[in-house]
Amino acid sequence: MMSAAQTQSVRTGHVTRMFIYLFLLLSALFYLLPFFIMLTNSVKPLGEITGGNMMSLPEVFTLEPWKAAWSSAQVGVEPTGLRPYFWNSIRMVVPAVFISTILGALNGYVLTKWRFRFDTILFGLMLFSCFIPFQIVLIPMARILGILGLAGSTYGLILVHVVYGIGFSTLYFRNYYAAFPTELVRAAQIDGARFFQIFRRIMLPSSGPIIVVCVIWQFTNIWNDFLFGASFASGSGAPMTVALNNLVQSSTGVKEYNVHFAGAILAALPTLLVYIVAGRYFVRGLMAGSVKG
Amino acid sequence: MGFLDIRNVTKSYGRVEVLHRVDISVEEGEFLVLVGPSGCGKSTLLNMIAGLEDISSGDIAINGRVVNGVHPSNRNIAMVFQSYALYPNMTVGQNITFGLEMHGVPRPEREKAMKEVAELLQIGQLLDRKPGQLSGGQRQRVAMGRALVRNPDVFLFDEPLSNLDAKLRVNMRTEIKKLHEKLKTTIVYVTHDQIEAMTLSTRIAVMYQGHVQQLGAPKEIYDTPANLFVATFMGSPAMNIIPAQVVMQDDRPHARVTTRDGSHAMLPFSQANLAAWDGRDILLGIRPEAITDPDGADRKSDNIVALGNHIGLTEPAGSDTFVTMTLGGRDTIARMRADVSVSPGDRFEFAVNMDKAIAFDPGTEDRIGP
Repeated sequence: MMSAAQTQSVRTGHVTRMFIYLFLLLSALFYLLPFFIMLTNSVKPLGEITGGNMMSLPEVFTLEPWKAAWSSAQVGVEPTGLRPYFWNSIRMVVPAVFISTILGALNGYVLTKWRFRFDTILFGLMLFSCFIPFQIVLIPMARILGILGLAGSTYGLILVHVVYGIGFSTLYFRNYYAAFPTELVRAAQIDGARFFQIFRRIMLPSSGPIIVVCVIWQFTNIWNDFLFGASFASGSGAPMTVALNNLVQSSTGVKEYNVHFAGAILAALPTLLVYIVAGRYFVRGLMAGSVKG
Repeated sequence: MGFLDIRNVTKSYGRVEVLHRVDISVEEGEFLVLVGPSGCGKSTLLNMIAGLEDISSGDIAINGRVVNGVHPSNRNIAMVFQSYALYPNMTVGQNITFGLEMHGVPRPEREKAMKEVAELLQIGQLLDRKPGQLSGGQRQRVAMGRALVRNPDVFLFDEPLSNLDAKLRVNMRTEIKKLHEKLKTTIVYVTHDQIEAMTLSTRIAVMYQGHVQQLGAPKEIYDTPANLFVATFMGSPAMNIIPAQVVMQDDRPHARVTTRDGSHAMLPFSQANLAAWDGRDILLGIRPEAITDPDGADRKSDNIVALGNHIGLTEPAGSDTFVTMTLGGRDTIARMRADVSVSPGDRFEFAVNMDKAIAFDPGTEDRIGP
């Protein structure tokens, strides 16, 4: 698949090639500039930002804003920094991603290999959940969390994100497993493997690329979510995104822009890391099945 | 009662019946081939024996036990799939022993069984590889090893050779036959290739449109096909079907056929019972190998008839030369020796072995039996 894409690229002349590189370079700069500004301003003392030019490089290099953002900045009423909220987010995102991915894989397995009446309608309904705007479910969800006694807790947020994530993870795994040979499942049946054994021993070991795609997608979505976090978890239970907002919105004292920049980068770091570590599988997984071979 | 009994089995999807009242009894050690064009129901029948599809009505019994509703793994069958269906994430060794593991066979016994099978199929050096690193023929062997290791009552093969290239297919065909002769196991084998059916089987069931058209030994199917479908499906090139009329001459029924220049030729039948068809139209069936040049004719036959006709086309195939002529308005193929000297347009004395000729009722398309 990869080699085919490389060998079939069109041959181009030198001039065209130069233009292509120039365009790519400019695009890359355009994307990197905001990040560059965030990074440079997060290592300046506050005075350099308020008194000078945002675009200039730092005259005095300091990591104080990072330390403050992490452990001592005023978030809401407590001077705790973003640290406790970072762990809130981790406690929320890890189980939510894990559960929604496993459930999506199971759904995809059942919808492609254990067909039943109305399975396509069921799948259609699950797909539909991908397109429901978040705002619509806020009030019913709040009611349900209240009934379950999960309101305002991290568990409640996990439940919300799992429910919202199943639509997408099912879509991913169903499409991936649709191309998975059914004869393998039949062979395993004859060999005596039962429902979960086939899933665990035959399907899951061959699902690497799509698991990576699903994990990246769910991780970034759940980590970056603000609406559910702000609605269903307040105060000390809030996730990173909500805490970042509280940090920036704090009205007491001067606006510490350098701390805000450092905090924003901290909030973005985990998703960035996931992309760097698993990004190449992401592209490969999205392409899987689109090209023969 | 046989070893594998298929009694009055039907299969319907909703209101559509795709398999109509199939009755086949297979003896222990038999090699039954289900052959037919795509969509004839042969794979459905195989899947029903395996337990991968439900039986709509009727019974399937293996070794005296009715297995309707029994889980595939408890029927003591093994199956070789068209795509081989090797588990891509496991090594060859794990592939072969997976079934035993699922049945709770302890590891030392699994290893022993695997070694035996690996030796039998000569795949010992492949045991640590993944299926992706194997060639087509090797995958085929591993798939057979996975079936063999469980020592099942019945082997089911679902078009196992259709993914191989022509040369390898012939080799593997021979190996499957050898394996059957050696192990004497009961095999049900699905294919659309009539040559595989002829060479491998002890009995053939020719299927078409959900019906078993004929069930019998390969020679029986080939020499006395039950109807036009079986006659034209089995054999390559296909049997010639020529419109003819039965005419009595010297108290013997003859087939009167029209040659290319419009004149009539009289071909005396060996079957006396066709006298009942005097004056009526029939379809005359003659296999290409029963029409030859005079020197190549079967010396044991006592009913070789000379037939003068123009040669249409010659196709030298190396081992034989196929010669086409027009008979009864249809292209008729004769199979001759490779070095016969014929050229298109010439008039030629064909030798027709009427001992091998059969007649079909043009209305029912059934063979007119003795």
